[in-house]
Amino acid sequence: MVTTTAYAIAAQVPDPELPQLTLEDLGILRGVDVDGDTVTATITPTYSGCPAMREISEDLTHRLRRAGYRDVRVRQQLTPAWTSDWITEPGRAKLTAAGIAPPHAAPTRSGRVPLTLTSRARIACPYCGSQQTTQTAQFSGTACKALHRCSACHEPFESVKAI
Amino acid sequence: MSDDTPYDHLSDEDGDDHRWAFGTGFTDPLQGVDTTIPAGVDPQALATYCLMLGDDALVYSHRLQQWMTHMPELEEETALANIALDLLGQARLLLARAATILDTTEDRLAFFRTEREFRNVRLVEHRDADFAELVARLLIFSAWRLALFERLGTSRDPVLAAIAGKAVKELTYHRDYAAQWVVRLGDGTEVSRTKVQTALNAVWPLVDELFRPCTDPALDAVADRAEVDVVLDTVFATATLERPDVAPRAAVAGSTGRDGVHTEALGYVLAELQSIARSYPDAEW
Repeated sequence: MVTTTAYAIAAQVPDPELPQLTLEDLGILRGVDVDGDTVTATITPTYSGCPAMREISEDLTHRLRRAGYRDVRVRQQLTPAWTSDWITEPGRAKLTAAGIAPPHAAPTRSGRVPLTLTSRARIACPYCGSQQTTQTAQFSGTACKALHRCSACHEPFESVKAI
Repeated sequence: MSDDTPYDHLSDEDGDDHRWAFGTGFTDPLQGVDTTIPAGVDPQALATYCLMLGDDALVYSHRLQQWMTHMPELEEETALANIALDLLGQARLLLARAATILDTTEDRLAFFRTEREFRNVRLVEHRDADFAELVARLLIFSAWRLALFERLGTSRDPVLAAIAGKAVKELTYHRDYAAQWVVRLGDGTEVSRTKVQTALNAVWPLVDELFRPCTDPALDAVADRAEVDVVLDTVFATATLERPDVAPRAAVAGSTGRDGVHTEALGYVLAELQSIARSYPDAEW
């Protein structure tokens, strides 16, 4: 077997919370190494408490086993920490199609983390494209998203936070 | 069988796991991570330090979870649930790191230690009197923890550095969330201003303890108070609040939460947090 096959299988595993997107789309899959019958998939958690990591790990193991790899290992890689910049272009398109605004570029900084006392940058509405939106909450149904409302089409929507 | 959803294989019989529903069954949060202790780092000091930071997050996460269904709006409920979840994730990683050194497990550390064995600061033990106290405590806790974890990003232990590096992104959001609420209440009505000022005065005596040196200085263990003060003073000024001028809560014969000497409140947290695990010590989940 060749590495590309194992990678292709692992890359297509859907995210349990955002099943429209694959692990590759989200930038969670850091690599897949094959050594004979043994395959090691390396993943990076999006947030420390992300409850999906267990499901992702199980799903990866299951699918790779079914593809014929007898010894499947899933390894966590904590550093460098996941950044929303790793979400791929196809991933961003899928997010928008699902009504979830993709993240802006993650903040870069030198020195200490700045304090933010006002709302962050406006996020374009994934439904109508309007920039006239307001953030209604900094957190949403999952840790990786925030809630907004569009003033043009009046739809509420989620965005993936830029981290 | 469809490949479309991750739920499909939950009932598969070829798996060697024994999950019965989504979200059950836990794995080692440090699975596959190299947990070798680097040369020059004292393992015991590192384990103790990870316990301290892990216990802060575990106990405080539990206190935040107790707010669930009591928040003023659904959006705030979601926000706080996510903050509590982030802290629980940090606690799991830190306790797992300690467990690799102490030859035990994350669960045993969380559920089978007594009050005297917990190493959290006393700030996280109390039940908040009201919403104002919730945001006041959260502001202080997250401003301090963020400053500390920024330093730990260059810790001599690469695992601790990685955990801290990840947590900094989360704590940035926690601090902003709390700071924005403190500003809204402080610069709000006379009633909201009074409530948040009272809340700050109530939690302030436990701030000093956050900056006490507690373990091996080689681990860069203490946040810079001046740095945290700059952040807090900015929030207070914007919120038209006074920086509290109250005496620090005394140590008990020189000992504080870091030494295992806690307030009465911790016992109530642990009684609830540990009750299931202690009632069913052989249970797996």
